[in-house]
Amino acid sequence: MTTETKVAYPPDAEIMAISASFGNDHHRMLDILLAVQEARRCISPSTMDTIAAAVGVTRIAVEGVASFYSFLSLAPKGRVTIRLCDDIVDRFSGLDAVVAAFEAELGIKMGETSADHGFSLDFTPCIGLCDQAPAAMINDVVATRLTAERATAIARALKRGLSAAEALVADHDVLSPYQRVRALVENNIRRPGEVLLGPVPEDAGLHAAAAMAPSAIIDAVEASGLRGCGGAGFTTGRKWRFAANAPSDRRFVICNADEGEPGTFKDRVVLTERADLVFEGMTIAARAVGAREGILYLRGEYVYLHEHLQAGLAARRARGGLGADFDIRIQMGAGAYICGEEGALISSCEGLPGEPKTRPPFPVTRGYLGHPTVVNNVETFAHVARILDRGAAWFNAIGTDKSHGTKLFSVSGDCTRPGVYELPYGLTLRELLSLAGAEDAAAVQVGGPSGTMVGRDSLDRRLTFDDLATGGAVIVFSARRNILEIVDYYMSFFVHESCGYCTPCRVGNVFLKKAIEKFRKGQANDDDIAYLKDLSATIIETSRCGLGMTSPKPVLSSLKNFPLVYSALTKPSKDGIKATFDIQSAISGARDIAKRRSYIFDKDFSK
Amino acid sequence: MTEPRKARVATVSLAGCFGCHMAILDIDERLIALMERVEFDRSPLTDIKTFNRRCDIGIIEGGCCNEENVHTLIDFRKNCDVLIALGQCAIMGGLPAMRNAIMHSADPLRECLEEAYLTGPYLRNTTRLIPNDPVLPLILDKVYPCSEIVDIDYQIPGCAPSGDIIFSTLVALLDGKFTGFERETLRFD
Ligand SMILES: Cc1cc2nc3c(=O)[nH]c(=O)nc-3n(C[C@H](O)[C@H](O)[C@H](O)COP(=O)(O)O)c2cc1C
Ligand code: SF4
Ligand code: SF4
Repeated sequence: MTTETKVAYPPDAEIMAISASFGNDHHRMLDILLAVQEARRCISPSTMDTIAAAVGVTRIAVEGVASFYSFLSLAPKGRVTIRLCDDIVDRFSGLDAVVAAFEAELGIKMGETSADHGFSLDFTPCIGLCDQAPAAMINDVVATRLTAERATAIARALKRGLSAAEALVADHDVLSPYQRVRALVENNIRRPGEVLLGPVPEDAGLHAAAAMAPSAIIDAVEASGLRGCGGAGFTTGRKWRFAANAPSDRRFVICNADEGEPGTFKDRVVLTERADLVFEGMTIAARAVGAREGILYLRGEYVYLHEHLQAGLAARRARGGLGADFDIRIQMGAGAYICGEEGALISSCEGLPGEPKTRPPFPVTRGYLGHPTVVNNVETFAHVARILDRGAAWFNAIGTDKSHGTKLFSVSGDCTRPGVYELPYGLTLRELLSLAGAEDAAAVQVGGPSGTMVGRDSLDRRLTFDDLATGGAVIVFSARRNILEIVDYYMSFFVHESCGYCTPCRVGNVFLKKAIEKFRKGQANDDDIAYLKDLSATIIETSRCGLGMTSPKPVLSSLKNFPLVYSALTKPSKDGIKATFDIQSAISGARDIAKRRSYIFDKDFSK
Repeated sequence: MTEPRKARVATVSLAGCFGCHMAILDIDERLIALMERVEFDRSPLTDIKTFNRRCDIGIIEGGCCNEENVHTLIDFRKNCDVLIALGQCAIMGGLPAMRNAIMHSADPLRECLEEAYLTGPYLRNTTRLIPNDPVLPLILDKVYPCSEIVDIDYQIPGCAPSGDIIFSTLVALLDGKFTGFERETLRFD
């Protein structure tokens, strides 16, 4: 400790240059901090001071952002940061052995950074590679299908000083960005459909749209029956109409490529194979609502796609594919599931912590920087481009009455053909599972943790908006899996990802997880089932955003569809006394401290 | 037809501050009306210390912080038809359960005792010892709400509950007309 009262750090030229490269604009705080993290491997107190002074905000505002995102760190990280995906699918695919191999080879434990600052090892939730689990992020690339041997080999290569890309891809420097992506990650497209993953012509939708009045474009999108593919399923045409009609001189189009729902990886494949279609759809949306600026918000976990997308965007810009007065920038995220929620996503784009906004007003009237903003999912924009090309009627005729078109399903878990399936809405879960080689599924998580867990009696339900809805995730569990282990994991996911703004979600999910742990330890009684339902209802009713409103769903849907799993583990009271309370374990600590036995409960005390 | 006998009520204070018992006295002059219908059996109010006969209602103040609390609570469950948890401590552990917050320690109980008797900054403990007389009951690993140890039939909220809510709940129970609490009474102040 020094005796100085105020520590003045010398101005740091490198940090000031980074800040200046983003125009010293506090709305670009996340970009500034990501660049500083990259350069310095941490956001230190002195750099926070420098940034605060440069962009003209308080130091605490900078720290608020720096401490919110899990890929920004206040303590120094290693030259190589390895983030192992600890999703339940990875756990069931041999994650333990991979962890042990990395720990042994690098000489550090999970959560630690080596003394020479060479390596950091961390866990991170689903990174969108469940079809090739176990997987990990290594700096800005990803490693898939890890085994203990592969982990050891990668760690050795990194220790020899190779970069992450060099360690994972031979000749990475001669490959194009697209080829590099393909060398790192398999697409696993199992079933291309006629809308998105089959052959698509270049810019045909945009050419059609260019000849149409903006309102006619919205009419066409509405007539097609397209509904959002990000989970909530709002009618896309209606959303656009709201934004177009909201009075403003500035409007924005944002593509939500945050794809954070565990088990969802279809946007990853669209961004790899049909990025151009996504940009095309965004450009059409911009014309329809009168936007001149667009943002593609790419989750931090997909940073390996960044160069590929930049290249696609540059090529598009060069050939005039963005129209005369529209441009798109890519905003990188930094490891926060909540940033998929559109309000939080907008906060994040504005350089703020990724906290949801109070609704209403909705983004269509007051969104990015307070202007009307359309936020749509990656797949939604891709569909738009195809609808404008082939016509609303063509799209409307595919699927069912209320769910039109095709949907991308990302299937993973206990199945022989995990991957992406493009199929018309309305097929049964059984049909999808048989395509994926998952005939012996015992439980299926449809729509990820915030969706529904169903059992074999639900296999004939249909995958549509009004029956079994999903943003894309279909996670298969065989009879070998422990249902409560899965539920427990999903609750820990929500505990970890709650933004902490409101109490029901921040605290309630912790209580819910603890209650599930009680069941797993055999310490639950019938009251605990009522407690689970009660607490879930409170969380759903009083949470501020969609995360809290859906976080109890793993508990509620497993309770509904697997009631026997719970009742088999409950111990009823005997003569009014709880079988779950164990006096011996409750007094064992005191017995050790007092060095005597209990005169009430230790039977042999009097001897 | 014989006069129906008075309902027998037993009360006890476990890990509580006796505030809930004082609140029973806040029933004030309505106590006279209440005493027409009930008699107190095992209770600090009568100084009867054991159950000699079965009681209709048992009222528990405080949660369980030591083995004797557990023993007494189980005794109440065995000897009373209806068990009522009275006040925040009985329902949720209350103030004593603040020690449950010492959880990020290898030995939370020892840390708690040491802070209370040896290391706390405002202590005057001339013996420099943690009390360990053989008659002292062993304390539990944490403070438990009553409902984690026995089945509890009713919970009267408050810290302390008001005389009004205690009186109206008892009367409603005696009349067989208890239907739960109004939302605004569900608070702990
Ligand atoms: C906690 C939470 C996470 C979300 N994550 C995503 C996501 O990763 N991708 C996405 O497209 N939508 C996500 N959404 C839905 C968005 O808020 C929004 O509804 C969607 O992007 C709108 O696009 P769409 O209508 O095209 O589906 C999420 C919502 C919540 C509440
Ligand atoms: S519900 Fe959860 S994620 Fe949403 S605002 Fe509240 S704390 Fe944040
Ligand atoms: S609930 Fe309040 S008044 Fe009653 S015993 Fe506990 S601290 Fe005392």
